[in-house]
Amino acid sequence: MANSTDIYAVPGVGAGLLDVFRRRYLLKLIVRKELRVRYRGSVLGLAWSYVKPLVQYLVLFFALGIVLRVGDQIPNYALYMFSGVIVVNFFTEAFSNATRSIVWNAALVKKIYLPRELFPVASVWVAAVHFLPQLVVLLAAALFNGWRPDVMQLVGAALGFVIVAVTATGLGLLAGAINVFFRDAENIVDMLMMIVTWTSPVLYDWTMIRRLAPDWVLTIYQLNPVTVAVELFHWAFWYPTVTKPVELPPHLMLTGLAGLGMAAVFLIIGQLVFRRLEGHFAQEV
Amino acid sequence: MGAAVIVKGLKKTFNLRHSHSLKETLVWLVKGRKGDLTKKFDALHDVSFEIQDGETVALLGFNGSGKSTLLKLISGVILPDQGTVRTKGRVAGLIEVGAGFHPDLSGRENVFLNAAILGMTEQEINEKFDEIVAFSEIEQFIDTEVKFYSSGMFLRLAFAVAVHTQPDIFLVDEILAVGDEPFQRKCLAKIKQLSDEGRTLVVVSHDLDMISRICDRGVVLSSGTVQFEGPADQAVAWLRERN
Repeated sequence: MANSTDIYAVPGVGAGLLDVFRRRYLLKLIVRKELRVRYRGSVLGLAWSYVKPLVQYLVLFFALGIVLRVGDQIPNYALYMFSGVIVVNFFTEAFSNATRSIVWNAALVKKIYLPRELFPVASVWVAAVHFLPQLVVLLAAALFNGWRPDVMQLVGAALGFVIVAVTATGLGLLAGAINVFFRDAENIVDMLMMIVTWTSPVLYDWTMIRRLAPDWVLTIYQLNPVTVAVELFHWAFWYPTVTKPVELPPHLMLTGLAGLGMAAVFLIIGQLVFRRLEGHFAQEV
Repeated sequence: MGAAVIVKGLKKTFNLRHSHSLKETLVWLVKGRKGDLTKKFDALHDVSFEIQDGETVALLGFNGSGKSTLLKLISGVILPDQGTVRTKGRVAGLIEVGAGFHPDLSGRENVFLNAAILGMTEQEINEKFDEIVAFSEIEQFIDTEVKFYSSGMFLRLAFAVAVHTQPDIFLVDEILAVGDEPFQRKCLAKIKQLSDEGRTLVVVSHDLDMISRICDRGVVLSSGTVQFEGPADQAVAWLRERN
């Protein structure tokens, strides 16, 4: 941008994520476009994003509870799992769409200069919009189970959301940039996304890992930003509804801050790699 | 006054790579990096020139001479391998009409999206919206999805958005072949008006008559180097001699 000492700008060199913030109106329009295009020609439109999580919740409730009898080990298991599942849903949608975002927008990337970080960031926003209906279903299920959270627990949930959003943005920038050069990246990410559900305590609880693995493995396991967010969500939405004594991981808020630190590291790495590779996007995509 | 665009010692090389596979790269690395993985192609080589504030400059040359590459470098879509480009003020590029248009959005939504992509703020777009639609002359279809537009309607709307973005430097690539003759005249008049307002224009076109009419100066490129630089009619004549 022009200033008094140097009125000349270098075309094609921006301020990265800062430019995304400066052009948030454009970001808003891109997010709106993505949503509009996603639900084109559909009668229910965005309502689909309420139907899907509801079905997912019912499947967890009936299939796991009545068929697999998970409820014997985890009280309110459907709520427990669903609060983790929506965190993982948000993360996988955000991360895998961000990975593809540059390639999907090749027409624009090739023709017009604009901060390319806009595309991965928009993918995360779109995932956040889809997260909202899932949260509504979760809240309804929690209230149905007599949910009474305290303020810290709600702060914890918000922290968990931020951790996942920042992590997905950072990793999305990284993988999205690499995907321009090697389309293998999106397949690798798809594969990772299958694993993510199992590297966090979504369909089981963390004490099972403690029983099976040595301490240092448990520590690494618990530093995974997605795990941190899942546990924060358990604490916020499931724990207040449980009457039986259950054991939560210790120092949840502290781990939360560590998770935020991890997320920030991912974001910085993602942005740095993205900036390094960005100059070749238009000619390689 | 002063230079609006300064181009110094530009070099741009493209990789002629036809696959995007990690496997091939790994195989190449394992085999001890034998041979070039990719072929290289110099699109531009040691290109330097300046464009003054308020000038209308044509980039001329036959297909493959590097004109569009140069325009993309000035707009920042691609970065040079060597040399520098400096621009003053807001640059808007019409590298391709309607590049930012999405077929599933209505004309109205596309106007907002495309104008924002070209650097306008929300307030500027709201102010200019009616003018843009009036210029395109497709008022009655503005809420129809763009995929139902005829190609003429599409180009009209896209061009209308672009000329209303009010950049300091306006890059135009081969888009003056827009629509029917009355609309083309209107576009040329608009281009002239932008130039009269003191904006800098960089035009790429094969329409040599039009160029000698509207441009002050011409830069002729051939095989990626500057071959001639001078008044537009001389540049056109120079190019015609070698045709």
